[in-house]
Amino acid sequence: MSANLLIVDDSTSMRQMVAFALSSGGFHVREAEDGQAALDIARNERFDAVVTDVNMPRMDGIQLIRELRQLPSYKFTPLLMLTTESGGDKKAEGKAAGATGWLVKPFDPEQLLATVRKVLA
Amino acid sequence: MDIRQFHAAFFEESREGLAAMESGLLAMESAQDDAETIHVVFRAAHSIKGGAATFGFTAITDLTHLLETLLDEARNGRRQLRDCTQGNAIGALLDAVDVLRGLIGAAEHGTPIDATALGRARAALDALLANTSAAAAATLGTVATQTAGGRWQIGFHPAPSLFRSGNDPLRILRELASHGELGVTCLDERLPPFAQCDPYEAYLAWDLSLPGDVPRAAIDEAFAWVEDECELRIEAVEPDAPQAIEPAPDAGADAETPAAKPLRMRASDHDNSIRVSVHKVDALIDLVGELVITQAMLQQRSSSLDPSANAALLAGLEQLSRNTRDLQEAVMGVRMLPVEFAFSRLPRMVRDLAARLGKQVRLTTQGETTELDKAMIEKIIDPLVHLVRNSIDHGLEMPNERRAAGKDDTGTLTLTAAHQGGHIVIELHDDGRGLDRARILRKAAERGLPIADNASDGQVWDLIFQPGFSTAEQVTDLSGRGVGMDVVRKNIAALGGHVELRSRAGAGTTVSIRLPLTLAILDGMSVAVGGEVFILPLTAVVESLQPLAQNVRTIAGEARMLRVRDDYLPLLDLAAFYSLPQATRRAAPGANAAMVVIVEADGQRLALEVDELLGQQQVVVKNLETNYRRVPGVSGATILGDGRVALIVDPNGVAQAQLLSAAA
Repeated sequence: MSANLLIVDDSTSMRQMVAFALSSGGFHVREAEDGQAALDIARNERFDAVVTDVNMPRMDGIQLIRELRQLPSYKFTPLLMLTTESGGDKKAEGKAAGATGWLVKPFDPEQLLATVRKVLA
Repeated sequence: MDIRQFHAAFFEESREGLAAMESGLLAMESAQDDAETIHVVFRAAHSIKGGAATFGFTAITDLTHLLETLLDEARNGRRQLRDCTQGNAIGALLDAVDVLRGLIGAAEHGTPIDATALGRARAALDALLANTSAAAAATLGTVATQTAGGRWQIGFHPAPSLFRSGNDPLRILRELASHGELGVTCLDERLPPFAQCDPYEAYLAWDLSLPGDVPRAAIDEAFAWVEDECELRIEAVEPDAPQAIEPAPDAGADAETPAAKPLRMRASDHDNSIRVSVHKVDALIDLVGELVITQAMLQQRSSSLDPSANAALLAGLEQLSRNTRDLQEAVMGVRMLPVEFAFSRLPRMVRDLAARLGKQVRLTTQGETTELDKAMIEKIIDPLVHLVRNSIDHGLEMPNERRAAGKDDTGTLTLTAAHQGGHIVIELHDDGRGLDRARILRKAAERGLPIADNASDGQVWDLIFQPGFSTAEQVTDLSGRGVGMDVVRKNIAALGGHVELRSRAGAGTTVSIRLPLTLAILDGMSVAVGGEVFILPLTAVVESLQPLAQNVRTIAGEARMLRVRDDYLPLLDLAAFYSLPQATRRAAPGANAAMVVIVEADGQRLALEVDELLGQQQVVVKNLETNYRRVPGVSGATILGDGRVALIVDPNGVAQAQLLSAAA
């Protein structure tokens, strides 16, 4: 049974790229276009890991992580942030909100897949 | 893995992002921004940068990085973009947006980038950034010390809360083991008796060792995610040296959640939407068009059925007719976009143009949410741009002139859109000097344009739309050389629309554009001509009447004129125009069985002679050019309920052909 992943990014191209990379790695993937949408989906469906962008309208990735950690079924789930190099304080903020870790953009699809595999191993 | 397939999506969203940045920056410049604006602009730059970096568009990444840095300072209150002591930041940012647009186009089409423009934009942003002390360079650099022959000694003591961030010590151990032979000693002193064991807490700790040739960076990376959630010490140990491990000073910072920031929400972001290719929508519209035709055919065939014997069938057909109409409306709605898409192109242009001309202009828009067919929106942009240019260039006065006239220094352009009975009306109003009747008449006389002495204002304003007319004292490079208003009218007429001017000296000018909601359906009047059915666009029809023989005059043997009240209109037999057999009506002299439909076309009125008026109906427009070729005087075709094809008359084309033949 392959793992179920939730991809959250307001950029369609990034989201599709991430989804493509992960689904070609054999994962089940669902997409959400911002934190609020992701939270709504995550409340009704269980995911083995969540990969989220940080800067998004409506609800950003950090608030999403904070909210997800409040849900019993996401207490220990790997929650990964996609950040950029310049977002140093975002990493700390994300960690404080309960993020498992981060991936620094730019990353290539293989790198992403490898990281997610490691987290879910 | 090939990620080029996502390029198209990246280009599209980047353009949207740039448009959002542009409108945000403009709002900030005119102090019409709110707290969210800077975040929207920043987010757009940030997204473009992330995508560009991922997809390998270096030039875009580099430039957006500079933009993002500036915007980040503004966002964090370290820089005032409007504060000119720190340079014209908004101007430089807008220029950078333009350059980015070019870079995206270049990346999309594989064309070379404009290195000069890029260099200029970068230099401008660099200069702004150098101008601030807050542009702190990120301090980086853990020096990777490698120890030949030695080992890394690692003490890893997770905080009890480690699992709560979704981290797993096993993952880290596995990652370390992938770099070289990992020595593991598990420390279980903190493990409580089983009954008191909380499975959610991390109790175990490890002493680890790795070969000295593993780069320090690789070890740091393995722990990067948990460095705040553990006690960690990493030491290089020389071969056979005594182990002296002491705890790292920076131990186990408590990761507590800071006060949650209030959520930012915007109503406009709540729209759920999907992106669908226009081709799919067009295919859907075509299919619905076919359905409408089939439905009309059934309707026609069923009209001869006995109503009492076929009551159920007829009721069903009636239902089908209603459903078809609703479906058609709903599908048309899919193609509808708010006119905002066209309006949003204007603020930037207004700003640049006003700056160049030294005028002060405020653009306000109303009714941006009014919806219009996507194809119309695309085609209305050029005329709108031209009209706005004209208003700023010719309509609005210089600030000193305005002051002298007792007006506000800043001129106002108001752009409104509204529905008016199956049409959309777009109006552009300026509070400038208004049209100068005497000057227009003088110019018309110079150009030899015919105009009655006692012409109404409307007729005088109409001269502006004549080809080659220009009243600008000086030809500017902005509004062109008087080519323009005639083209504007032609473009709008091609959309089945109509444009007119209203003006009051000193108070300003209003240009009013009236457009049908869609190009796919047409309200038509069906007429019989030479045994065929033709459709006249209802927007062009002024009236229809049965002429009296004494009102028809023949001039110079050929051309015929019809007297309608006090006007003489050119009279044209449509059957002759389309080379169809003429009906027998003219066989009997003096007989006046023919009908005349008066249409307005190309700014003039024309009387078209037809055999019979058949009725009014909505028709689905089929393009003739794509299926056959362009035919003068015909704008398209449709399929009638009985399956026959009817051509749609293009009144403008007919009028032009008529003028040509009259001139010949």
